[in-house]
Amino acid sequence: MNAAVEVADAGIRFGDRWIWRHASFTIEPGSFVAIVGPNGAGKSTLLKGLLGLLPPTEGRILVQNSVPRRGDPAIGYMPQARSIEPELAIRGCDIVRFGVDGFRWGIPLPGMRERDRRKRVERAVEAVGAQGYAHRRLGSLSGGEAQRLFLAQALAGDPDLLILDEPLANLDLVNRAAITALTAAIARERGIAVLLVAHDVNGLLPYLDTLVYAANGRIAAGRPADVVTTAALSRIYDAHVEVLVDSQGRRFVVAPDPAS
Amino acid sequence: MISLGHLLAYDFVRNALIAGTLVAVTAGIAGYFVVLRGLSFAGHALSHVGFAGATGAVALGIPAVFGLLGFALLGAVGMGALGDRVRGRDVAIGIVLAWSLGLGVLFLSLYKGYATEAYALLFGEILGISATSVVVTAVASFIALGALALMYRPLLFTSIDPDAALARGVPVRAVAIGFMLVLGLAVATAAQVVGVLLVFALLVTPAAIAERLTATPVHAIALSVGFALAFTWGGLLLALCLPYPVSFFITTLAFAGYVSVRTLRRPVAIRVRSPHEPTAARLVSR
Repeated sequence: MNAAVEVADAGIRFGDRWIWRHASFTIEPGSFVAIVGPNGAGKSTLLKGLLGLLPPTEGRILVQNSVPRRGDPAIGYMPQARSIEPELAIRGCDIVRFGVDGFRWGIPLPGMRERDRRKRVERAVEAVGAQGYAHRRLGSLSGGEAQRLFLAQALAGDPDLLILDEPLANLDLVNRAAITALTAAIARERGIAVLLVAHDVNGLLPYLDTLVYAANGRIAAGRPADVVTTAALSRIYDAHVEVLVDSQGRRFVVAPDPAS
Repeated sequence: MISLGHLLAYDFVRNALIAGTLVAVTAGIAGYFVVLRGLSFAGHALSHVGFAGATGAVALGIPAVFGLLGFALLGAVGMGALGDRVRGRDVAIGIVLAWSLGLGVLFLSLYKGYATEAYALLFGEILGISATSVVVTAVASFIALGALALMYRPLLFTSIDPDAALARGVPVRAVAIGFMLVLGLAVATAAQVVGVLLVFALLVTPAAIAERLTATPVHAIALSVGFALAFTWGGLLLALCLPYPVSFFITTLAFAGYVSVRTLRRPVAIRVRSPHEPTAARLVSR
């Protein structure tokens, strides 16, 4: 089977400083993957490499067996959430539309292709369950609703790989669980790999197939059972991170006490 | 009683109507994106940069409109080079704005016909617009409209979600500079109608009113153009019948429009939430 992502002995250098090197891992299609690691460990650099915005200085990064290029339609990308002014005249469905043809020049003309484009917007909106509010002003939506619509934008191009940069930040507990379940379901049902950057893996653990971790100038991947342990996480974050395992084998990550 | 046909027999009325109409359409469309991209202060400042150019041109004996356009476009490229960082640069933009006015004062002092020329540039004199200026306005407006049509989709995309647009292959920086150039054209042409100090009334107010009435981009753009046309035509008509300046009527109509839409349609930004989601207010009150 073709790998969705293949990173082989890759490294990225800015000036004479290596952000990370000797990164090697493979992501299978349909897998749900979290990218973890401390701030400044190179998670964003990894995303840029996967998006083709920053080619690796050494080694190779492949998406669907080819070198990713900027604007690759095979990749759906959702950046970190940004604040939207409440009064802007733009609706939820308008930002979904960006994923269909926001990158094309000129004004869209009515006709067959326009009907097709509108269908694709509708499908993407349905895929995230946002039919109820997609036509409302974007600035009037809650964080969770807006996040679903930005997710629909990333899905609208029918990508083979979905890359989400901190999709759970700024969401409350309920929405965090809902977005997690939704993105995990997208990975399963569409058979596409979903990679998301996360700081809190507790809510993700029941769904995760793989964890990619960036730390100390290295990037590697492992199964949650191997990575989510007190020893491994403490090494990655260079602090005492405790992992508790309950009677049913569920794991919980406990943040370190800054005082100790 | 003066009839409209009677008024249109005059060259200066026809010129004012043509230039005013072109400016209103361009400013109305560009204004939607100005509000969307948070560039209203940048647009205001560009008109002051244009003022320095216009007075410089006058001092050299060249038609003011060329200096206005040249400097506004130069300023636009400068701001465009800042890219997304132009947002929230109020201090730097304000400093450039003040210096531009200072330069303008210097150039005016070098020119002998001081008072009337300064008045026309600062507050507009659409009823005295020259045939040359009308031609220049027409050319500038068609270039701006063509560029807006070409950039329409990437411009919307990059205004809301520049990081996703970049990843999707949109040349975000080029679109930003392209729009700043359009803004330079819109500002320079609008300055001839209402003057550099009052450009806001045609560039921002119609769009700001439209944004409150609809959330659909195409409708907001159409409404913005409609309001800009209504204010310009209304202002011209009133100034032809009453002995007060056009700019006063245009800005007053714009202001009245904004005040009415704010009072009549107050709660546009209510955050409608799903019942599962506690609002900050509800959490606090518990």
